[in-house]
Amino acid sequence: MNADKVLDARGLSCPMPVVRTKKAIDELKPGQILELHTTDSGALSDIPAWAKTAGHRVIEQSEDNGVYKFWIQKG
Amino acid sequence: MVKMMTAEEAAKKVIHEELFILDVRNEEDYRNWKIEGKNVESINIPYFDLIDGVEHALEKLPKDERDILVVCAKEASSKFVAEQLDEAGVDEVYYLQGGMRAWSEYLYSVKIGDLKNGGSIYQFNRIGKGCLTYLVESNGEAAIIDAVRMTETLEQFAKEKGLAIKYLIDTHLHADHISGGRKLAEKLGATYYLPPKDATEVTFSYQPLEEGEDIFVGNTRIRIQPLYSPGHTIGSTSLIVDDQYLLSGDILFVDSIGRPDLAGKAEDWVGDLRRTLYQLYKQLSPELLVLPAHFGKISEMDDQGRVCAKLGDLYAKNAGLQVEDEQVFRKMVTQNLPPQPNAYQEIRQTNMGKLTPTEDEQREMEIGPNRCAVHD
Repeated sequence: MNADKVLDARGLSCPMPVVRTKKAIDELKPGQILELHTTDSGALSDIPAWAKTAGHRVIEQSEDNGVYKFWIQKG
Repeated sequence: MVKMMTAEEAAKKVIHEELFILDVRNEEDYRNWKIEGKNVESINIPYFDLIDGVEHALEKLPKDERDILVVCAKEASSKFVAEQLDEAGVDEVYYLQGGMRAWSEYLYSVKIGDLKNGGSIYQFNRIGKGCLTYLVESNGEAAIIDAVRMTETLEQFAKEKGLAIKYLIDTHLHADHISGGRKLAEKLGATYYLPPKDATEVTFSYQPLEEGEDIFVGNTRIRIQPLYSPGHTIGSTSLIVDDQYLLSGDILFVDSIGRPDLAGKAEDWVGDLRRTLYQLYKQLSPELLVLPAHFGKISEMDDQGRVCAKLGDLYAKNAGLQVEDEQVFRKMVTQNLPPQPNAYQEIRQTNMGKLTPTEDEQREMEIGPNRCAVHD
């Protein structure tokens, strides 16, 4: 999937993955996509929960060797 | 300055004092499992709604004498929020050291009572998860029943009281938490008892916990009588201690009864559960003090933080013991049950010795409430 921006948040733990993601999304235009890489298992439920309340959409997510990837479309 | 509160300090407030909790985990985690108490008021605002500022949290915080405790899964997010509240001028704001993970592992110990020929019985309450462990001691010897995974606390307690732990006894194969019984028995060279019918698949050697084979603690010979009482599991065995206490495992709780479905055999075990509760236990003295292996609601704890009740009182009050009709009972214990405990299948496998997760994995597996009762 083509992302407009990639955020590498590997190694960061809660709350930083969401804090950084929010900052990165703020810099995008509505409809653009952010690709997030994180190793924090707490992000698995927090990223979708945050996206929902903030009005963004998680369009895809995957796991690869302990790295969780999310593609988030700005609302 | 923002201050840290340990799980122990939080437990003291939860049981004896008052506390206001701002839980900053996501809504789903909060709904699923949170810190509760008779004098605890809690609200949920996820930390990610407070990244740009805490103004909308401020208006929801109390303006009274209560301490405010910010709670998250591990610690960092609650500290992040607590610091912002502090900067915004909120007094007496704390974050929970180690978060819900530490809360889940904290053990509160309380003496239940004395034994007739010397010695006593203690309850260790894993408040965060609702698991109860017991220690019976007499003349320098101890037996521990349904030991939780945090065996260091139990060992430390025994050491301070000068007790040699001789026996580790599990009333059944647990599905909600990882037993510390086998680990501690191996470490201390003590005997690990498990009901044989729950142990058909275990990968280690153990001493069968069988009716008729009494266990004695100390020189004064405190008698522990195993009583085969199936229902929650096929092997579930209760213990009568000193003719005074009934350790009911996950068969009978203060406010509910055990669920028969966690090993996937609800239909098969309903009859056993019914017989144990409506016939076998009924023949016992109503004066026995029931000491269950779990509690579900904080209201099951009394003012001193103990979870216990007279058997006779439970026959008068416990909703699980008032169902005359067998079909209605069958329905109650097999349908509309609460969700199963987190990772319960993996936990059973671990307790059988088939899985050997790391400490961190064990912690993750045990997240959440015990959910061993038919009522949520």
